Amino acid sequence: MNKKFEPFLPIIGVAGLFAVWFAATAAKLVDPVLLPSPFEAGKAFWQGMHGALGFDFVKTIYRTLMATAIAAVIAIPLGIVLGASEKLYRSLEFVIDFFRSTPASAMFPLFLVLFGVGDETKISVAAFGAILVILFNVAYGVMNARKTRLLAAKVMGASRLRVLFDVMLFESLPQTFVGLRNGVSLALVIIVVAEMFIGSQDGLGHSVFEAQQMFEMPRMYAAIFAAGALGYGLNLIFLLIERRFVHWSGK
Amino acid sequence: MNAAQHALRLQSTGVPSPVTGALRRPHVTIRGLSKTFGKAVIYDNFDLDIPRGELISVFGPNGCGKSTLINMIAGLIPVDAGEILFDGMRLDEIKFGYVFQNYREALFPWMRAFDNIAYPLKMMNVLPAERKARTERLVAHLGIKLDLNLYPYQMSGGQQQLVSIMRALVVEPEILFLDEPFSALDYEMTLFMREQLQKLFMDSGTTMVLVSHDLEEAVYLADHVLLLSRHPAQVADFTLVEAARPRTDATLSDAGFVRTKAHCLEVFQREVRRA
Repeated sequence: MNKKFEPFLPIIGVAGLFAVWFAATAAKLVDPVLLPSPFEAGKAFWQGMHGALGFDFVKTIYRTLMATAIAAVIAIPLGIVLGASEKLYRSLEFVIDFFRSTPASAMFPLFLVLFGVGDETKISVAAFGAILVILFNVAYGVMNARKTRLLAAKVMGASRLRVLFDVMLFESLPQTFVGLRNGVSLALVIIVVAEMFIGSQDGLGHSVFEAQQMFEMPRMYAAIFAAGALGYGLNLIFLLIERRFVHWSGK
Repeated sequence: MNAAQHALRLQSTGVPSPVTGALRRPHVTIRGLSKTFGKAVIYDNFDLDIPRGELISVFGPNGCGKSTLINMIAGLIPVDAGEILFDGMRLDEIKFGYVFQNYREALFPWMRAFDNIAYPLKMMNVLPAERKARTERLVAHLGIKLDLNLYPYQMSGGQQQLVSIMRALVVEPEILFLDEPFSALDYEMTLFMREQLQKLFMDSGTTMVLVSHDLEEAVYLADHVLLLSRHPAQVADFTLVEAARPRTDATLSDAGFVRTKAHCLEVFQREVRRA
């Protein structure tokens, strides 16, 4: 095949998915109430994004980014401190690993008691989950700083503090971005779940749940697509930022 | 070789030396150096004088402690016992440079080559404008044609190692340590880099200590080859290389050079066979 078609290859999968979906609904293979045609869902998406769904979309973005930002502000400095002292990290490793392995959704009731029903609860549970993911990655990034690079800085007369800021910080950046991308994905998952269940009035999770409750299937699919697009978009944005600021990553 | 001979040779071969008056005084004096790794005694009461303004190659059997020696002199590894002085001064009182074998991991990939070279000046609290001027002066002086606005990962291996060497030279060190600097490069690049290093040495007259695992390279570049025995390492021989500089491909087939190399090989093999 001609090389210049290669950038368009991903479109084939998307077109295929819609073709199968359209064929299934056109042939009435599935109950049209459970699976509306792609046109109906598309129409609901388009109309929704200019109305209620668009508002929910923005709400979810706000909560997810708030949670990720709070997590980053707490986890990055902490991760650097932990990573710089291997003994300190080893002594806290089990605790971090334990809570990292605890499903953050299991913490909802606790955070509800602490923060009440509102944005604080959703954002803080998501931040809690993201903190541990980011912390773990930053600490590992610092710990795995190339020994030669640290020695090179030392041999040039860099003090311990200088080595930390001039070398370790940069060395940990690629891994920090891995943590941030995982963190933002996890935050989105937690936020959407939280929006479904904790007395929520808005957000994509609420939108999906409400549409399902009212049996408005095209609207539900539209909300699911919006959530998918948001997840993909956030990951893409973080990747672009990473490529811009950590240009040496993987080279 | 006595001091008079030494001075005579330097005169006759025209090896440049920055401190003509201090030729007879050794630059580095190592006394009673001891180092053990676990049960292995690498150095036991080791003494060595490194002459000023010379390029010394360190060569010896595998694991005899070639790199350990320069790492101890450069303060990368602590000594168990002994004293290493530079003109009677301690390491923290002098300026020195160190070139690592692994240039890829020794340079800072987040900085452009120019900033990599200037970095040691920042550690000496030189102001930015002065840092830039001194780095530019070094680059101009060496006459090296490289785009220093590139990041290290955009350069070839040889270019990266050249940047590492320039980074070590920018502080105008009194002594430069090189730990197998060319062994990660392909042969063509190695030959090119040998010429570059020889040129840098002849231009700067800086005392250089080079660890090499290639006997031809060790002899070709050196004023003296330090041949070490198996550990606990002792000086098996401190062989003078008399060939005039600049040395070229023709030097490699010169009778004197071939003889010196054969002599070093003989000493080396004697030390390897010694159980």
